[in-house]
Amino acid sequence: MPNENSHAVRLHGVSIDFALANGKRFEAVAPVDLSVGDHEFVAIVGPTGCGKSTLLNAAAGLLKPASGSVEIFGERLSDINRKAGYLFQQDALMPWKTVSDNVAIGLEIAGTPTRVAREKAQEWLVRVGLGAFGDRFPQMLSGGQRKRVGLAQVLIRDPKILLMDEPFGPLDAQTRLIMGDLLLKLWSEDRKAVMFVTHDLDEAIALADRIIIMSAGPRSRIIGDFPVTLERPRDVGEIRHDPRFNALHREIWDALRDQVMAAYQNTAGAPAA
Amino acid sequence: MNRGLLISLQILVAVVTLVLWHIASSTTLFGDPKTISFFFADPISVIKRIWTWFSSGTIWYHLGITLTEAVLAFLIGAIGGVVFGFWFARKPLLAAVFDPYVKAANALPRVVLAPIFALWFGLGIWSKVALGVTLVFFIVFFNVYQGVKEVSQPVLNNARMLGMNERQLLRHIYLPSALSWVFSSLHTSVGFAVVGAVVGEYLGSAAGLGYLIHQAEGVFDVVGVFAGMFVLMAFVLVVDGLVSLVEKRLLAWRAS
Repeated sequence: MPNENSHAVRLHGVSIDFALANGKRFEAVAPVDLSVGDHEFVAIVGPTGCGKSTLLNAAAGLLKPASGSVEIFGERLSDINRKAGYLFQQDALMPWKTVSDNVAIGLEIAGTPTRVAREKAQEWLVRVGLGAFGDRFPQMLSGGQRKRVGLAQVLIRDPKILLMDEPFGPLDAQTRLIMGDLLLKLWSEDRKAVMFVTHDLDEAIALADRIIIMSAGPRSRIIGDFPVTLERPRDVGEIRHDPRFNALHREIWDALRDQVMAAYQNTAGAPAA
Repeated sequence: MNRGLLISLQILVAVVTLVLWHIASSTTLFGDPKTISFFFADPISVIKRIWTWFSSGTIWYHLGITLTEAVLAFLIGAIGGVVFGFWFARKPLLAAVFDPYVKAANALPRVVLAPIFALWFGLGIWSKVALGVTLVFFIVFFNVYQGVKEVSQPVLNNARMLGMNERQLLRHIYLPSALSWVFSSLHTSVGFAVVGAVVGEYLGSAAGLGYLIHQAEGVFDVVGVFAGMFVLMAFVLVVDGLVSLVEKRLLAWRAS
């Protein structure tokens, strides 16, 4: 029993499929077993369209698996995952609320008095470097700034699990590095359990404790599980020049390359040799 | 273009039009001035008539009636549109069943309802309000329906993950999204509220701008018709200006 509780997220034979327009089922993810320990930062890497995000949505409770079960700290998940915060790839801020209201909302709907929630929101905005932007609307911010607001919006609720779906995908390379550093800095304060989905292997190695490799879809599955032993704190920009980073990159890329090619052939319609 | 120059040119257009109109209705340059002023009136008399209306204060009563009708039509139509738009968008079965009837009702040119409404609600303001409501309702209804249906999926999922229940989703996500669609169609719906009021008055009433124009037309008082038209034009411009102010406040978050 004590062992059970050390897992923040545990997927047991979780498979996911979708109804297609022609009435058939599309099996996106084959039965998968995956656990994420408490305080563990796990990156899930795989080619485009392999169902990484789908798996994340199952852990969030936004999507019901076709089979298998999702356990959160030993309890079976049947509705929205209340212990998790989710940072989406797309813009998910409420455009009609100011930055400060967007950050405060998670506390307000849980019953925190407005004044307290506002103060907390301001604290969080300062922490993500947007202390002076509270009364702006999301549309007035850059993509990177909106991601910072999203991060504050999620973390203000102090979730025990952080789910991230290619959160920095739409950003330019420099901004991604800066956001990676910010994420690690905030994460290191209390080390929440993290499931971080990305297709960028560099990003995954720089951030995570463990890297899960998924195969190309359909019926994608886990084909690799690599620990990342680089010590913390890490500098996301600098660590790429570490020889151990390169060795790890080569090892994982060997496993990933075939899958990327397979995914490319599936989607780009390359001639079936 | 320089702003001052632009405004001068815009004023020039009005001046040239008025001068041409004046020349046509007072000299023989474009034909018999008597005939022309019978059909088109003349600017001096029109301005004099408008001046009399305002200096004697009689016009305020009619403006007040038309404004009341338009405001009531807008409020009732908008509230009805919001409620039904919400309801239909949240209940797909209901929307599917009533879809052909909503389309049919909206396809009917609303003017033909005016006699029926006069019969049902009498010649007072309510038959005009009813006509305006039928126009405003559908604009707001379709916009709210669209607004609720097209809430961005990531925004909705994010709100769920932040812990919102159904009631909170309604208040923080669906309602603002739907209202932003309503606000962006505010010019159209307020415009239609005025159209409903004036057309209703024109077809049968004892007060309002539409009544004023209709009365003048009935006795071949072309000056009165033109004066009424100009007052109506100014009225709509003022209402539209107010709507722009309201819109600027309510949709501040859209500005980039």
